[in-house]
Amino acid sequence: MSIFNFFRAAPRASAVQAKERLQIVMAHERAGRSGPDYLPMLQQELLAVIAKYVNIDENKVEVKLDRGGDCSTLEVNIELPAREQAKAASAAKPAADKPGNDHAAAKRSVGGSVGNAGAKKRI
Amino acid sequence: MSKIIVMTSGKGGVGKTTSSAAFATGLALRGFKTVVIDFDVGLRNLDLVMGCERRVVFDFINVINGEAKLNQALIKDKRIENLYILPTSQTRDKDALTREGVEKVLNELSKEFDYILCDSPAGIERGALMSLYFADHAIIVTNPEVSSVRDSDRILGVLNSRSRRAEQGLEPVTQQLLLTRYDPERVEKGEMLKVDDVLEILAIPLLGVIPESQAVLRASNVGMPVILDEASNAGLAYSDAVGRFLGEDIDHRFVTPQKKGLFSRLLRRSA
Repeated sequence: MSIFNFFRAAPRASAVQAKERLQIVMAHERAGRSGPDYLPMLQQELLAVIAKYVNIDENKVEVKLDRGGDCSTLEVNIELPAREQAKAASAAKPAADKPGNDHAAAKRSVGGSVGNAGAKKRI
Repeated sequence: MSKIIVMTSGKGGVGKTTSSAAFATGLALRGFKTVVIDFDVGLRNLDLVMGCERRVVFDFINVINGEAKLNQALIKDKRIENLYILPTSQTRDKDALTREGVEKVLNELSKEFDYILCDSPAGIERGALMSLYFADHAIIVTNPEVSSVRDSDRILGVLNSRSRRAEQGLEPVTQQLLLTRYDPERVEKGEMLKVDDVLEILAIPLLGVIPESQAVLRASNVGMPVILDEASNAGLAYSDAVGRFLGEDIDHRFVTPQKKGLFSRLLRRSA
């Protein structure tokens, strides 16, 4: 070993990379596991309905289920495109939704929540 | 009432059968009447590791199907009092395991035994699901390596959702980590995940750390559970793990590199 190697920064240990990669992939997998089975399907079908009317980006949709003691809420967040894009989309689609707000907001989001009292579903 | 333990991992080749053989032997050595069941239908191997492969006449599946009585299929260990092996079928497939059938056999065993240890097959298919379904305790066998850790996390999820205890809303299956094939020297070089890293990721209590050891292969070569090799680090580590399982407070050994003398360092010998 050359004496110069002594002063060189050691390469990042592979075990550290292993830990970081595991933490990232498992955080993702655990989040997916904690939801009920129907969430991915629900998300797809909701998207299909909304996409009939609005041009939306599939990656900008979030479906979340929060379970409380005797009440669960289903939250759907869909980010709509900026107004210019929306216009283009409504021209292309006959039954386009007309957003009520005309401000030139770059982003818009539709939030909805459905409460189902006493809903119990084991995951 | 007997306690049902499942030795599981998700991933194959991490040491479930080696650990099952060692653990069952350890429990029997401490005076508990113990049976170890092979759930790996079609890929029977526990009999070889336990050294009773030539004594198998009837198996677990025969008992489930009513083709043999439980006492005809149980093999009594020749070395250890209180230790029995229930081998599985080498010719059938995993569909032969029905929940009702497994339950019937476990109920019958629980009248006689203190501990029933279920050696799970790899994967999360029927065999693995059946082996964990009735468990009270789960021992998660994990290697300090990315795919094994991820699969262990997956199997923890399965335990929490698809075991009998989870389905019936009972007290959850207790879960403990058995970290096997641990090499403290590689850990020190930064080439292997540390015990603490794996514990942080899986977030379950540590039952034991079994060091990488040549004794494990030597033991399986001759059909002897490695815990009986009291001169080996792996054997001692399994013995400690059994003690901890039974509630004893035992320090973890073999988690740091063993100091080498000048002589072995000169010879560059590795343990």
